Amino acid sequence: MSFHAAALSFSYGLHNAAFELPPSGFVTIAGPNGAGKSTLLGILAGLRHPYKGECLYRGVEIRRWRRLEFSRKVAFLPQSMKLEFPFTAEQVVFMGRAPYADGWFESQEDHAAVARAMSTTDTHAFAARDFRTLSGGEKQRVILASALAQEPETLLLDEPTTFLDLKHQLAMYHLLAGLAKRMLVVAVTHDLNLALRYSDYTIVLDAGRIAAQGRPEDALSPPVIDHVFGVHATLRDGWLTYDA
Amino acid sequence: MTRSLWISIAILIAVAIAAPLIGSSHIELRRALAGISPDHEIFFYARLPRVLLALLAGAALSLTGVLFQCLLRDPLAEPYTLGISSGGSVGAVIGICFGLPFIGLLSLAGAGAALLIVLWIAFEGRRLSSFTLLLAGVTMNSISLAIVLFLHNLASFSQSFAISRWLMGGLDAVEYSTLAWLAVAVVPVCALVIARSRQWNLLAVGEEWASSRGLSTTTYTVLGYVAGSFLTGIVTSLTGPIGFVGLIVPHALRLKLGADHRMLMPCSFLLGAAFLAVCDTLSRTVIAPTEIPVGVVTALAGGPFFIWLLRSKRRSLWL
Repeated sequence: MSFHAAALSFSYGLHNAAFELPPSGFVTIAGPNGAGKSTLLGILAGLRHPYKGECLYRGVEIRRWRRLEFSRKVAFLPQSMKLEFPFTAEQVVFMGRAPYADGWFESQEDHAAVARAMSTTDTHAFAARDFRTLSGGEKQRVILASALAQEPETLLLDEPTTFLDLKHQLAMYHLLAGLAKRMLVVAVTHDLNLALRYSDYTIVLDAGRIAAQGRPEDALSPPVIDHVFGVHATLRDGWLTYDA
Repeated sequence: MTRSLWISIAILIAVAIAAPLIGSSHIELRRALAGISPDHEIFFYARLPRVLLALLAGAALSLTGVLFQCLLRDPLAEPYTLGISSGGSVGAVIGICFGLPFIGLLSLAGAGAALLIVLWIAFEGRRLSSFTLLLAGVTMNSISLAIVLFLHNLASFSQSFAISRWLMGGLDAVEYSTLAWLAVAVVPVCALVIARSRQWNLLAVGEEWASSRGLSTTTYTVLGYVAGSFLTGIVTSLTGPIGFVGLIVPHALRLKLGADHRMLMPCSFLLGAAFLAVCDTLSRTVIAPTEIPVGVVTALAGGPFFIWLLRSKRRSLWL
């Protein structure tokens, strides 16, 4: 087990949540705007505190984890990133090695981990480019590479496909599903079809409460979607279609 | 990349040797070193202390510029953004108006008070909000300016002249003991700041970014602001506010070296020192024997260069 939450609440946005997540697999968090998805993800990332109730990672309360230790296990990807300074894509990826840094310069292992992360995300081609000149999809892959360079056991992503076109959305989900074979991937998403298609487990939030959770085809069943999103949906051949 | 570091060191050494030899009256190094002579007096008591002050002040101000730009994630930040030096000016102007001794120490006290006030404003619980800090700094600058104008208005003619000279900022020959104190205060703090360059890299991206990579962001943020304010406060207590150094040196170097603070910070330290010493040499020589306030030179020499940078072909990559 990786995360274990019981009676988990946060001042605004989350009430009485309880769930257990496995050590590997692809978990999606879905729900309408303002349902508390990002709040929940932020708590799991150790970035939102103080929370009330229980939220353990590997049996230890998240607030009790030392930040440095925690950052070697759990990597967090923001929805987007605006840089003010001309860091190159490669420098951004190298920042993922910060939890392992013990010197002024990067070690051999740092270089190896960065090379692996950049291969996985196919970002070598623009390693030397100014991060700010990259397209939305390229930026997203570089941020993912930076998180993978942390060599985490758990990857938390806040709407990783928001700024991606259709092809890159599918590629991103394909990549995440591949990673989920050896680590826990938790992604907040608005795209229910991608959640349905690629994830193993889905948590549906509604107004700060968990409305449904389980296998995506159960958690995202048409009655739940009707109730939570107020949209009438039909499930056909594994794809959801919506009535306007 | 280390090549840039060696070039910076070479430039600094060249400037440090040349600057004290150049001035309104011609001197020879051999005679200056030989012993009692007018050359000796000019070299050791008029020029060298002043060049050393320029080096220390320039180094501290440009390093602080890099640090504040990073912590506030604002390319337009400079050492004076937080209102520390204008707090210092209030201290100095109060001293001048009431005829108190130790104007430098009063300026330092004013700077310290300003730092405490803006930190108090910007702390929200246990978190420090950079955005609030920025606004607090702007407000601190306006309030300080108002107090300075008010006191200036009440001051006598000679006090008024002293206030104007202070506010212009300038370098004067100071005692070697003062320089020693300044060096003891400035160099270790700068070294500590530079040693944390990897951490500043993370904070330059963002606080969540740094936090999710294992950094105690509040500790580092507060440490950075206190260190930068200390450097600014102590330098401006001796020189008054010298503008532009903390803005132009970091930006010019960022264009050349990129954003990695491990290169940017040491090079800003070295070349900031060289830049201010060059500006000071210009201020002593351009219309000698009259001196131009060094703040005027930094702005007049730096300003057009800065505009050229803004207009240059790489600007699209830069802003």
